[in-house]
Amino acid sequence: MEIFLNEKSVIVKKGYSAFKVRDSVKADADVVILNGFMIKEDTLLKEKDKLILIKRGEIPNKDELENLLVSRHTPGLHEKVKNAVVGIAGLGGLGSNAAVSLARLGIGKLILVDYDVVEPSNLNRQQYFIKHIGMLKTQALREIIYEINPYVEVKTIDIYLDKQNIMEYFKEAQIIIEAFDNPKCKAELTNTILTQCKDKFLVAASGMAGYFSNNTIKTRKITNRFYLVGDNISEAKPGCGLMAPRVSIAANHQANMALRLILGEEDI
Amino acid sequence: MIVNGIEMKFNTNITVIELLQKLEIDKDKVVIEINLEIIPKENYNDRIINEDDKIEIVGFVGGG
Repeated sequence: MEIFLNEKSVIVKKGYSAFKVRDSVKADADVVILNGFMIKEDTLLKEKDKLILIKRGEIPNKDELENLLVSRHTPGLHEKVKNAVVGIAGLGGLGSNAAVSLARLGIGKLILVDYDVVEPSNLNRQQYFIKHIGMLKTQALREIIYEINPYVEVKTIDIYLDKQNIMEYFKEAQIIIEAFDNPKCKAELTNTILTQCKDKFLVAASGMAGYFSNNTIKTRKITNRFYLVGDNISEAKPGCGLMAPRVSIAANHQANMALRLILGEEDI
Repeated sequence: MIVNGIEMKFNTNITVIELLQKLEIDKDKVVIEINLEIIPKENYNDRIINEDDKIEIVGFVGGG
């Protein structure tokens, strides 16, 4: 029968188990992943099973790398994720965190838009490092994503997004994540997308400053194509700053909603 | 009319922009939906809200 060993088609005898295959092809592999799940107990293989064998700490060669990176992705779902294009407007606390989560998922393509450079005050909540200070956020994030998963296609656009150009830059994206800081920019982007791009989903965010309860951050479905994440009240202001935990909770609500939409789940 | 789930009554016809002014809401920080349809900002001055309309005002606060 046919199985996929490190994503390559091989024929094994019926009745072979995962560990038997390991012992014959890569006896020193200490991580055995069957259909996206790491197994500790030997399991009988079935037709079309996906088996991945990894030796911990071994740096894989380039050909193997992509196959190993997808090994924890759920087969069947990953193909949809790999074909998805998501646009991210603003690469601050929301945008950089959502982008990194989507990159870890092995998303097909990200369109990253921001005009700004990384500065020291960003590091309290954004995904950048000291070495990125002064660099365009688009370039810094491209570098970070490349270090996580070089097979994610990244398109970067260094402009100030406004209602005249939003449509043009996000043409390819099925889903747009609104990740701006300024409330007027958030509203303008949302109004523009909802009135002009009738075929796209928008996942926006409002209210994630401070250290209020985790559980006040929610995803709401406002219309068929418009989702809003946040507690809707916690504004960033003097005495109530933005901090990494709540901003990344909100960003990952956005990333998970994008993933759900990619997989056809439109409910919150 | 129902505004964000709350019944409201006005003596005269009221436009979207007038409703926002009465509620002291900044028109530049909201998205307005009437009967599940997003109202383009250019129409705020002219769109009259009917008695049986359901209005959702989605406001944005800063931070991201």
